[in-house]
Amino acid sequence: MTENSFEPKIIAFLCNWCSYAGADLAGVSRFQYPSNIRIVRVPCSGRISPPMLFSALKQGADGILVSGCHPGDCHYISGNLFARRRFALFKNLLEFAGIEPGRVNFTWVSASEGERFADVVSQVTEAVRQLGPFNRF
Amino acid sequence: MNNPKGSVLVIGGGISGIQTALDMADSGLYVHLVESSAAIGGSMGQLDKTFPTNDCSACILSPKLVECGRHLNINLLTLSELVSLDGAAGNFKAVVRQKPRYVDPAKCIACGKCAEKCPKSVPNEYNLGIGKRKAIYLKFPQAVPLKYAIDAKNCIWLNKPGRCGACAKECPAGAINFDEKPVEHVLEVGAVVMAPGFKPYDPSLLDFTGYGRVPNVVTSMEFERLLSPSGPCLGHVERASDKKTPRRIAWLQCVGSRDKNRACHAYCSSVCCMYAIKQAVIAKEHMAGELSAKIFFMDMRTHGKGFEAYFERAKADGIGFERARVHSIIPAPHGKGETGDVLLRFANENGEMCEEVFDMAVLSIGLELDSSTVALASKLGIDLNGDGFLKTQSFMPVLTQRQGVFVCGAASEPKDIPQSVTEASAAAAEVEKLLASARWKETKVKEYPSERDLKGEPPRIGVFVCHCGINIASVVNVKAVTEYAKTLPHVVFSQNNLFTCSQDTIVSMTDIIKREGLNRVVVASCSPRTHEPLFQETLREAGLNRFLFEMANIRDQDSWVHQSEPEKATQKAKELVKMAVAKVASHQPLSEGKLPVTKGCLVIGGGVSGMQAALNLAEQGFAVTLIEKGEALGGQALKLVRNWEGLAVAPVLSELAQQTISHPNITVRFKTQVKDVEGSVGRFKTTLSDGSVVEHGAAIIAVGAEPWVPQGRWQYGYGVDARVKTLHGLDEILKKSQTEALEALSDVNQAVFMHCVGSRIPERPYCSRVCCSHAIEQAIALKDLKPKMDVFMLYRDVRTYGRREHIYEEARSKGVIFVRYDLERLPKLEGVGARLELEAFDPVLGRQIRLSPDLLVLATAITPRKDAGELSKFFKCAINADGFLMEAHAKLRPVDFATEGVFLAGLCHYPKPIEESIVQASAAAARAAMVLAKDFVPTEAIVAEVTPAKCVTCGVCGKICPYKAISKSQVTGKAEVNPALCKGCGACVAGCRSDAIRLKNFANKELIAAISAGGC
Repeated sequence: MTENSFEPKIIAFLCNWCSYAGADLAGVSRFQYPSNIRIVRVPCSGRISPPMLFSALKQGADGILVSGCHPGDCHYISGNLFARRRFALFKNLLEFAGIEPGRVNFTWVSASEGERFADVVSQVTEAVRQLGPFNRF
Repeated sequence: MNNPKGSVLVIGGGISGIQTALDMADSGLYVHLVESSAAIGGSMGQLDKTFPTNDCSACILSPKLVECGRHLNINLLTLSELVSLDGAAGNFKAVVRQKPRYVDPAKCIACGKCAEKCPKSVPNEYNLGIGKRKAIYLKFPQAVPLKYAIDAKNCIWLNKPGRCGACAKECPAGAINFDEKPVEHVLEVGAVVMAPGFKPYDPSLLDFTGYGRVPNVVTSMEFERLLSPSGPCLGHVERASDKKTPRRIAWLQCVGSRDKNRACHAYCSSVCCMYAIKQAVIAKEHMAGELSAKIFFMDMRTHGKGFEAYFERAKADGIGFERARVHSIIPAPHGKGETGDVLLRFANENGEMCEEVFDMAVLSIGLELDSSTVALASKLGIDLNGDGFLKTQSFMPVLTQRQGVFVCGAASEPKDIPQSVTEASAAAAEVEKLLASARWKETKVKEYPSERDLKGEPPRIGVFVCHCGINIASVVNVKAVTEYAKTLPHVVFSQNNLFTCSQDTIVSMTDIIKREGLNRVVVASCSPRTHEPLFQETLREAGLNRFLFEMANIRDQDSWVHQSEPEKATQKAKELVKMAVAKVASHQPLSEGKLPVTKGCLVIGGGVSGMQAALNLAEQGFAVTLIEKGEALGGQALKLVRNWEGLAVAPVLSELAQQTISHPNITVRFKTQVKDVEGSVGRFKTTLSDGSVVEHGAAIIAVGAEPWVPQGRWQYGYGVDARVKTLHGLDEILKKSQTEALEALSDVNQAVFMHCVGSRIPERPYCSRVCCSHAIEQAIALKDLKPKMDVFMLYRDVRTYGRREHIYEEARSKGVIFVRYDLERLPKLEGVGARLELEAFDPVLGRQIRLSPDLLVLATAITPRKDAGELSKFFKCAINADGFLMEAHAKLRPVDFATEGVFLAGLCHYPKPIEESIVQASAAAARAAMVLAKDFVPTEAIVAEVTPAKCVTCGVCGKICPYKAISKSQVTGKAEVNPALCKGCGACVAGCRSDAIRLKNFANKELIAAISAGGC
């Protein structure tokens, strides 16, 4: 398998209120994006912990996307800010463990940003494709 | 009014009638819904997609049909019509005559065997006569009630008893009853809501269109059916003459609208521009881009929320737009086209005669009132307006001349679905105001079967995979997904359905759950955000806890976004189903508590919308706190002189303000803003800027918007030269007495109005909706004051939608000259000296013209308030890209936010004229009343739970929790969750270092099960 034809598996944790709705809007607007992504709906991006991300990598994901509401828009007031802090630290941990930080992506997508969601998925998919399969665990 | 009845009669089972019935039935009134045909759904059900979201019409309508069909407090009377109405508001006696169905609905199982055997085929009117149905028929696949009916006119037995009877012989349920007789129901009701809808215009009266003579000329309604997956050609558009897929399609706008001479319809039908663009876009999508689509139009009227962006996107996608009225359509002569092609003749913008050949022509027909509605109106004593629609009050278009009789939807003026739905809720609000004292007196209480005890049972999962017409099935191999589901652990049943949300599937799902002993269900279809409640309700009816459910989103997040990759999309669908199955296998039944509702509402904003909403709720008996940032009530309406019909705004406004101030149930607080919001639906606690705290069960945001200040290339001397004004600036003059106004205008011999100042440009890509009518109304006022004044309108498209078209006509007849400009040739202000010199290009003359206005009026954009964004954050509501507040669903939930218990009205939603703000405010009040009328709200069931044995009492979870729902136990020091306060975000779970907290049904176990199933 050449690197270009490698189809990565990407697990996406989307918050129910903003990013999951943004993903729905991408569909309603028919914005096309790569089919590598598998979406897991969670109440809030703040629900996702570093061990959960390790679990995803351990279960065979090549890349991860966590997306929540924009700062200030969180349905649960501050969950997205906790998530942001956690992942800032988590990136350091990944580097320390020798895992490319590009495998774990964190972003904000609002309920009205269907196009942005499609763009984010395309970018993340391409970036993880370049990194190649993840087989460190 | 003594002891009003707690029941309401709704006439018409289209989307307006359905919405008003649901709103009232959910807030304590009993509804009789009368529909003349065999099933509810109306015109919306016949549409393929809806603009501007391209939602599948059947998919978004279907849950409402099902809800209506099984609502305990809605009595559905199909095949029925009103015979008479006596009495007065509060105590009417209605006689309703129900025609025989000749099929016993209690016995019919909708198997379709009868129709299979019926020898009599007749044109299928649901498909506008394209294709056939039998004399015994089902109106459409998702019909509610899902029961066959015999069409007496065409049935052989009913015309010649003894001659056929095939259906009766075939029916396995013995449901056929040829002896059924009409029934008369006498209903005692407190109010009547008319929602009879519209009739599409019949273009065979217009010979130039060739309709009915020239092959392959179809109406837009027929084209909807051609596009529809449940239509006569299953969504693969083909032309009637040779079954060829058309590659070149023309749309002709304003057929039967804006045509006083031939069609006798001077009004604009409002919706046709948008539906034509939508049809072109969708047809192009169906044909994988291989379609040349062209729309022939006069003015492009994309004046609603999200419409202008849709129009721009269509242009970018290559849909052609030709500003021309087509002169004639004839069969393409030999040499110019093939047999079946049509030739269109038209004069282009340069005045040259052109000919163009198409495979098919679609006539964008207008809306009018059906003769049966005219008859109904006369029975009820309701007059018609000059356009032949039901006459309603100018400032409150749901009120009629007869007290207790209300109107909603397209029967009073052509209007789109969101506007109809808004009116439907507004009519509900007015009825509830009238009948508030009879609330809950005639309603019934729903009882669910007790939940099955699942202790010790291994998971038995059922999977239902949806085709969604062709929305999913055209990309994803649904059968393969269904077969795959059968191989998954714990799955004991799996099936695929054309529409999983249709009533028949819902009913059969209940049976299947019981028959197969399922204890968990997965539906693979659309988004849980729209359809989860419907399926969860089904679980409850089958005796299952509603949390033993999961959806796999294989439409919005699969088939729609991977349209050109069917194999990958199918693989993804399988994995999404696998993930849902894995997750639901570890779901546990959850229970929710209930909390008392605070029976008050907070209304934010003291403009027309805020006051109207507050008054309606106050009249319904709820306490209202109305807060206003400024020092006076009235908002933007204070600046207005007249509405588009020329009626004075001031008296209406002062009466509203007077009633608001003096109402005992309303507390008005000026110079007050929101500082903080806690709590959720039913129990909000809002801190105001003066430090006080208001407790309320619901909130209505009506903070308005503001006029844009002309600047940059749109300044045109505004702020520099006193002769340059905005519309509001001119209103200040027009407010004066006639003598004073004439005095102020004494030097004005030429007035120029510049339209679209700051609207419909890349920075603000939306139409401000009201400016065309406002400017034209002012131009007429100027002409009335000084008939000799030259008045010019520099416009881009005149958007006098609906009945407003009359003032456009009036302005022209009074000598106002309309000159069109476009962005490429923006009129230029040449001099700001003694004379203002304005240079513009006149496309009719084909040359530059110079104007020297003594008065230049800029019709400026309406822009959202910046603080609306901040406010939306307090209530967790979204704003759209333009900065306007974003409703839960553009089509069917136009006044709700996604956040429960919070509603919106007026300009903060989108620019709109005063009467539409009033309607929207009443609608918001009706929706808020649905919360306030109940005594309890359920609390979250998905909450966090502590395992004390693992808790190390570090206290991190308590610090993280945004709702202060976690405290330390006084005894053990371990964390304790208060389930009444917990909202289920799960932040504590992620923060707990010892894995001692789990979020029910979103615990690590469930999420990891889903992840590992995700093909990893």
